[in-house]
Amino acid sequence: MGHEAPIVKLLGLEFNLSNILMILVSSAIVFIIAVLSTRSLAMKPTGMQNFLEWVMDFVKNIINSTMDWQTGGRFLTLGMTLIMYIFVSNMLGLPFAIVVDHKLWWKSPTADPTITLTLAILVVGLSHYYGIKLKGFSAYGSDFFKPLPFLFPLKIIEEFANTLTLGLRLYGNIYAGEILLGLLVSLATSGAFGFIGAIIPMMAWQAFSIFVGAIQAFIFTMLTMVYMAHKVSHDH
Amino acid sequence: MLTVEFALGAGGFAAGDMLVQLVVFLILLALLKKYAFGPLMGIMKQREEFIANEINAAEEKHAEAKKLAEEQRELLKQARIEAQELVENAKKLGEQQKEDIIQAARAEAERLKEAAKKEIEHEKEQAVAELRNQVASLSVLIASKVIEKELNEAEQEKLINDYIKEVGEQL
Repeated sequence: MGHEAPIVKLLGLEFNLSNILMILVSSAIVFIIAVLSTRSLAMKPTGMQNFLEWVMDFVKNIINSTMDWQTGGRFLTLGMTLIMYIFVSNMLGLPFAIVVDHKLWWKSPTADPTITLTLAILVVGLSHYYGIKLKGFSAYGSDFFKPLPFLFPLKIIEEFANTLTLGLRLYGNIYAGEILLGLLVSLATSGAFGFIGAIIPMMAWQAFSIFVGAIQAFIFTMLTMVYMAHKVSHDH
Repeated sequence: MLTVEFALGAGGFAAGDMLVQLVVFLILLALLKKYAFGPLMGIMKQREEFIANEINAAEEKHAEAKKLAEEQRELLKQARIEAQELVENAKKLGEQQKEDIIQAARAEAERLKEAAKKEIEHEKEQAVAELRNQVASLSVLIASKVIEKELNEAEQEKLINDYIKEVGEQL
């Protein structure tokens, strides 16, 4: 790849403008899809409402498979936003990439570890917040010493490991997909022979990337609910 | 630093992005909750309640229909029994009436027969009484005639016979 990122410095913080652009684009697409789907709600669902209800049932099933609905119901909105946002983000980088002045502007926002780790930290942070909120601080704290007290350091490491793996798994899958797509593109543009040679693997890889993108969105949401359940449920 | 660059990819690590991602995601979450998922959940819940109500109503109606059918059956059964009773009663009544009418007719006939008999008896007695009267008067007449006419025995016999014949004819 070897493209640079359009970075600006503001108030001592570095901002990657391409990331910010893609975050906004993804969010806007998700919001537009959701609002269009729910513009004309009816008891008898039609068209887009059916689709969004299907998504909602899907997320409901994910939550129900990890915890009871009494505690899990409050995470429905979070789960739906996560799965839609990550899926849309994963898809954005597939059809094309835009490079201006050797700077990569259009890509999947989830192909950047900063983004995925932010989401992971948000999820793990929320799991701790709800753990304290729903179980009380003492029950939440004592969970770190179960089942055996000397496992406490491992429990602490587990939290960081969870965060890292949650974020980097998503990033790795999407970034790898985009790198291979980029390589195939450079092969296709190298000449007529390269174009013919690249067209079949290109299609295959894009199809596979769609599959991976959907799977990764599902996995991220699933793991979110698993971590939540781990923190908020009383029985282990 | 090189490894970090490698691990984190071409974009590098921009702390500002984290902030932006966090804020934008939370805003997206709030907006979606307000404008999309909230209403959607509302309508789904509403539908759930609607369906539950419909099922309840259907169950109630079913039970009611069952009860009504049972009632109808009971009524039908009762009506049938009543009708049978009515027919039975009517039959009995008819029998009774027939018996009565026959009885009355028989009594009337008996009475008429008795009356006719009495009448005949009466008539007969009257006739006998009259005859007796006439015989008495005839006897007197005959006696007076006998006394009037001094007749011989043969003539007397003839005369008596004539008178008796006369009486016989008169009777």
